[in-house]
Amino acid sequence: MNELLLRRVRVHDVVFGEKTEISDHVLRMNQEEVVRYLLEDRRLKSVEIKIARPGEKKRIIPVKDVLEPRAKLGGTLTTFPGFFDSAEPVGTGITYVLDGVAVVTCGKLVNFQEGLIDMSGPGAEFSLFSKKLNVVLVMEPKENLGKHEHEEAVRVAGIKAASYLGLAGTMAACDEEISFPIATLVELEDSYRGLPKVIYVDMVIAQGLLHDNYIYGINAQGSLPVLLSPTELMDGAIVSGNCAAPCHKNTTYHQQNNPIVEDLLAEHGKTLSFLAVIAMPVCTSLLDKERICTQVLKLAKFLGAQGAIVSEDGGGNPEADLMMLARLFEKEDIKTVLVTDEYAGRDGASQGLADVTPEADAIVTNGNGNQYVILPPMEETIGHLEAIDVITGGHTGSLRPDGWIEMEIAGIMGSTVEVGSENLKTIAV
Amino acid sequence: MVKEIERVGLPAIQICAIVPIALTVGANRIVRAIAIPHPTGDPKVEKKEEIELRKKLLRTALKGLTERIQEQTVFKTEELSPGASERNR
Amino acid sequence: MTGREARMGSVKVIHYLNQFFGQIGGEDKAGIPPQLKEGSTPVGQLIQKESSNRFEVVRTIICGDNYAAEHLEEVASVVLKWVEEIRPDLFLAGPAFAAGRYGMACGVMCKTVQQKLGIPALTAMHPSNPGVDSARKEIYIIETGDSTLDMKRVIPKMIALSQKILDKASIGMSQEEGYLPRGVRINVRAEKRGSKRAVEMLLKKLRGEPFETELPLPQFDKVMPAPPVTDLANALIALVTEGGIVPKGNPDRIEAHNASKYCKYFIGNINDLTGEDYQTAHGGYDPVYANDDPDRVLPLDAARLLEKEGVFAKLYDYYYMTVGNVTAVASAARYGREIGELLLKDGVHGVILTST
Repeated sequence: MNELLLRRVRVHDVVFGEKTEISDHVLRMNQEEVVRYLLEDRRLKSVEIKIARPGEKKRIIPVKDVLEPRAKLGGTLTTFPGFFDSAEPVGTGITYVLDGVAVVTCGKLVNFQEGLIDMSGPGAEFSLFSKKLNVVLVMEPKENLGKHEHEEAVRVAGIKAASYLGLAGTMAACDEEISFPIATLVELEDSYRGLPKVIYVDMVIAQGLLHDNYIYGINAQGSLPVLLSPTELMDGAIVSGNCAAPCHKNTTYHQQNNPIVEDLLAEHGKTLSFLAVIAMPVCTSLLDKERICTQVLKLAKFLGAQGAIVSEDGGGNPEADLMMLARLFEKEDIKTVLVTDEYAGRDGASQGLADVTPEADAIVTNGNGNQYVILPPMEETIGHLEAIDVITGGHTGSLRPDGWIEMEIAGIMGSTVEVGSENLKTIAV
Repeated sequence: MVKEIERVGLPAIQICAIVPIALTVGANRIVRAIAIPHPTGDPKVEKKEEIELRKKLLRTALKGLTERIQEQTVFKTEELSPGASERNR
Repeated sequence: MTGREARMGSVKVIHYLNQFFGQIGGEDKAGIPPQLKEGSTPVGQLIQKESSNRFEVVRTIICGDNYAAEHLEEVASVVLKWVEEIRPDLFLAGPAFAAGRYGMACGVMCKTVQQKLGIPALTAMHPSNPGVDSARKEIYIIETGDSTLDMKRVIPKMIALSQKILDKASIGMSQEEGYLPRGVRINVRAEKRGSKRAVEMLLKKLRGEPFETELPLPQFDKVMPAPPVTDLANALIALVTEGGIVPKGNPDRIEAHNASKYCKYFIGNINDLTGEDYQTAHGGYDPVYANDDPDRVLPLDAARLLEKEGVFAKLYDYYYMTVGNVTAVASAARYGREIGELLLKDGVHGVILTST
């Protein structure tokens, strides 16, 4: 039986230093080295690296993606496979995690669906990233760089930085090691005969126009559903390229630390048998939705799934896929739970989902993204504060003359993330 | 009930005094009645006139049954010419 | 001045009631226009008593259920005028229990007073009351049972929630405070993260254990309009009524409210319904006019005349009836469906349904 050994190196502070290394739980980073490395991509005009620590009066905006520094030790496999040298299936071997650090890609707006992270104040409670030591890459693209190139440049930069820092972790002592055994279907059947067989369908938006996800480095658009083991997600098999609303965009970090994977693994072998993850691209046309949903059903049936958790990515038309899948699954007696969020309006009175079906009788909601908040000014803004007026959740005049921000939590990174990392919930009153 | 009758494919029109309730409950075709205790009658007028009133109401109802509609519609009794309906909601 | 006197009337209330609770009369008085009474009625006095005289009903507005239902806007503007004259601390309406016209009026009056005058308003009714939808988002509606026997339990709840509103205290969840869910959703922090709740929900579902969805999806209960009658001159038309018209004596003992069934009666050889042969069994409206001339609820005579004129080919030989008074939504839906299917089977092309 194979396994993934996940080694966590707890980091308590990040500072700039002569050499990139970790000792005594402090990550020292050679800033120039990283900048030089990232600027090898000629599409970037400039890269500045800033550090934002929990509790500091700092605001990061606009945020494109967040990644956790992870790297593999030994062998030929790499985290974030398919982008550089290796595209081999990951999820086995040894992976180091810089626990407490996050790489945040920032800089000139690629598209308006980018978000905000506040390191303190009322805004901080809405995002788990406020509790991370954020290594923020503030990147400006070359003049006249097209949107798609710009997006790719910053995405690749994020992966490079996360890998680079992860590598420093492989040379440090780890504080915790967890073993995740990887079994074949036959082995699972033998070991956990009496337990209900469960799959996790991880929706990944694949709608082009900068709403993309990458599976093993390939844009999920044009891809049929992909069977993955839970540990492949831990190694960065899914990278976010997507500019869905910040509140419910599944960042790369959210996929690396997928809580549904974590919580299913916690029950694996005890109350259920966690068979596999199916990464499911979500496209715009009805034909594509039918094509992909029916393929997911095919895989689920072949695996013998008896139960499924399906998480949404984004909002609006992906709800049609959620409902379609619920119908298909329940018809085959695959008990289904949908995990989503809502846009119920500022008053909470609107119908929160774009589509409904009677079979969708088990839904977990991660909150109403339209909740309105007022955030105080911060001493330092990393990035471009004026972007708040145009990003999702903000509006013209969001940035008040007195420096306060009025916005919906839709603009705060991960506030209602649909893989369920946060504990925000909506209730009816 | 009229909604359920329509659901099986039979056009059905409701004559009732409290139009807002009929709309809330989901009736597709509605004609406003004369009053709650006498939807198709008017005790204040002569019998002959009352019957004429009743016929007029029924004519409106029948007209409402023959119209192809896309949404909930309240049919007015006064005009009986084509397009006599008043779109509601 | 004793403490009791000082407390008397610290909350000035205007109370809206229908003709019955206003002690004017029953269904026969349902058509009365709004009238003003200084002071309170027995229900108002109960409010005073249950609030230890903290609440004082200084004015009572009484309006007939039919009048209100048929003239909502007009009554609302009269109520506004009478309320604005004294600017009370609080406006209470009902409880309306399951009475639909009354509930609708209570909801609209409360909403209007609160929105136009900024005076807190509150009412109470049964969840199935059509009046609920008219105001649930804007005002608090205390949940009641479907009978007036619930009055003693409901009044203290109305008082307690009203006091919280007046004190600008934080209002608890609907179950705690006793009001109907307002159809509004708010964000709260759960004990466990979303993924954990999902795994737990799935395990319950797999085991066949009860679970509660966090996002109940609404019933989009719209019905596609059926294709219209295309050839009226050759059509078979049926009459149906929820107005309770039955042969004299109510041989099938259909209930005056919350009907447990529907009935079918032969009219193939009848041109006119008379008070000798027919009556109404419906307990929710003044029966005088219907009993005098049942055609006023089931328009058989006029239908026959139109049939003779050739406006349509034939009137179906039977009529279906039930009593649409506090009849459960699910029951009414079932009756409608069955009646529809039976009529369709018998070749009927269109249905005219009357309700009171």
